[in-house]
Amino acid sequence: MQVRTLAAIVAGKAAGAGSRLLGRGGGTAVAGLVAERIDPGVVRRLSAQAGHGAIAVTGTNGKTTTALMLSRIAREAGLVPLHNRSGSNLMRGVAALFVREASLGGRIADAARRLAILEVDEATLPLIVPAVRPRAVVFTNLFRDQLDRYGEVDAVAQAWERALADAPADATLVLNADDPGVAHLGGRARGRVLYYGVDDTGAAVAGDEHASDFRTCLRCGAELAYGATFYGHIGHWRCDACGNRRPAPDVRITRVEQGEETMALTIAAPAGELRVTLPLAGLYNAYNALAAAAGAIALGIAAPPIVAALDGFSAAFGRQERFRVDGREVRVLLGKNPTGLNQVLRTIAAREGRKRLLFFLNDGIADGRDVSWIWDADYELAQPLAEWVLAAGTRAEDLALRLKYAGFGGDVPVERDARAAVRRAIAETPAGGTLYVVPTYTAMLEVRELLARRDGSARHFWEDA
Amino acid sequence: MSAPALRVAHLYPRLMNIYGDRGNIMCLRHRCEARGIGFELTDLSTGDRLDPAAFDLIFAGGAQDREQRAVADDLLATKAEAIREAVERDVVLLAVCGAYQLFGRSYRESTGVELPGAGIFDLRTEHPGAGAKRCIGNIVANWRAPDGTTRTIVGFENHGGRTRLGPGARPLARVRRGFGNNGEDRTEGAIYRNAIGTYVHGSLLPKNPALADHLIATALRRRHGEVALAPIDDRAELRAHEAALRLR
Ligand SMILES: [Zn+2]
Repeated sequence: MQVRTLAAIVAGKAAGAGSRLLGRGGGTAVAGLVAERIDPGVVRRLSAQAGHGAIAVTGTNGKTTTALMLSRIAREAGLVPLHNRSGSNLMRGVAALFVREASLGGRIADAARRLAILEVDEATLPLIVPAVRPRAVVFTNLFRDQLDRYGEVDAVAQAWERALADAPADATLVLNADDPGVAHLGGRARGRVLYYGVDDTGAAVAGDEHASDFRTCLRCGAELAYGATFYGHIGHWRCDACGNRRPAPDVRITRVEQGEETMALTIAAPAGELRVTLPLAGLYNAYNALAAAAGAIALGIAAPPIVAALDGFSAAFGRQERFRVDGREVRVLLGKNPTGLNQVLRTIAAREGRKRLLFFLNDGIADGRDVSWIWDADYELAQPLAEWVLAAGTRAEDLALRLKYAGFGGDVPVERDARAAVRRAIAETPAGGTLYVVPTYTAMLEVRELLARRDGSARHFWEDA
Repeated sequence: MSAPALRVAHLYPRLMNIYGDRGNIMCLRHRCEARGIGFELTDLSTGDRLDPAAFDLIFAGGAQDREQRAVADDLLATKAEAIREAVERDVVLLAVCGAYQLFGRSYRESTGVELPGAGIFDLRTEHPGAGAKRCIGNIVANWRAPDGTTRTIVGFENHGGRTRLGPGARPLARVRRGFGNNGEDRTEGAIYRNAIGTYVHGSLLPKNPALADHLIATALRRRHGEVALAPIDDRAELRAHEAALRLR
């Protein structure tokens, strides 16, 4: 081990401990930032010790949940995952993971059984791939998100193509066949490609969705046609102009039965059929489970641990988490872009009874400063079942106006302060009732901390995952 | 005389919809229907021809670069001539962001390639090169309303191209905070006859109800004469507008 790497580990650990002492929850990235500055090769050198190599998970929506599912699958398979914490998906977050797991002598404990499972920010993939040389890369989907930060969807697509040019020749690409922006990457693969997708057209929505970010064929520019749309631009797509079409998936959901709290999935894979009862609702979670199963299959993991881990799965940080607060159930469902929000609203609307809804809209850097995306999301889906609604967050007034257009009335109450909003919403929820909280990313961090404080059973979030 | 109705053409609603442009259509519909004014919406996509006599208001929004290229060819081939004719007949046009650029005389891409525009507005747009900063952020601009008062327009802008007006167009508004047309001369947007182009999205119209009503009144006037627009409940609109004035 080089002296510089050891110095990076020591300094990184010290910085991380200092940041935790100051109570800056989740601020673990500083450990990685410091370590990387001292030794830019720290991730490359430490990740190389993992006996089972690395798998990366990227995409706009679902990467946190998919990576957490893969981590649980790895555990069931007898491996020891090295998994970065939710949201710490930039280079410094990945560096922080390895610095934390390394000894002062630069050794990763139990290295022979280690599999690195890395959630990676879309735009960071070109940095991570050459550093960790993954055995497989899972792509979930590509939607518009934070246009002011990433630029256009095409800019992300180009970053992914650059990343793939640096991937090991024998790396497997695990691609969502149903997303034209992801499936397109199959043409760039140098190694094996494993496509996954949903075959069960019974899960399709009628017509097409407004929030759709790939309208045109990436090969010829003509407008795409759909045989079935599952959500956003995810579906059975084809280009009638040039013949480009959804590839036939290798790992595919042949049947989805959606319940209020669970989904029964039948997954056909090359090695046989998997039957999973996923304790999560929403078709987007069926895709997350499918992506995780396909990623595990790409690594050669057998069916039993995949099924066991998915059957026993509990939600990732801020994604369909449940809290108990003063005898009320509080459900937190992250909604940070039009497609993700529509999926969350469909999931809420599918549940029985009238709902109390607390929506948050923040415009922090990590949310995107531009909030115009709310006009592309279908808040109308939630209106018929709403009993009470509150618009919260730094852009609460914009949100209240959008909710007015969705039929919630011209006097939707507004509360900018997260603490006051949560207090008010809980007070409005009768004992034994359920409150639904739909925050953007930075609001999710605030809300979760506020709720965790009031729910003794919740773990503090830097211990998460 | 029949009850007034606003006939709106929405150009390329599937391909040009990047920055919440649907909100502008929702706003026009709401502000008509709340006053008992009819609202007839026609979506026009690639290949569709536009009848210059069939509409009171034409709307087009922003697009990602790939979609914008697909639209640019179709616009010149099937619609530009008819839109020019409609604008000369004082039909109202609202073009936001990408459409604003396409409706100028030309657009020079970051690579230096110059693309012809539809030529509705006397303006040219240049992208200063791949390394240049985009104009991104909240924007507030002063708009001289037709009643002579100065009002604010609030929203968000996100564009790489810099736009300069020729003598045949005048600016829609003066930038108080943000970049506007080019980040230098404090102008934002353009006006030619009843055509308005702007970089402001967010969406533009819901949070700027005075501008929305100006467009509706102007569009109705041609066929129906002066149509009084009764006051409607704008509490949520004005609250959002006021909040936007305080944003950094
Ligand atoms: Zn094609």
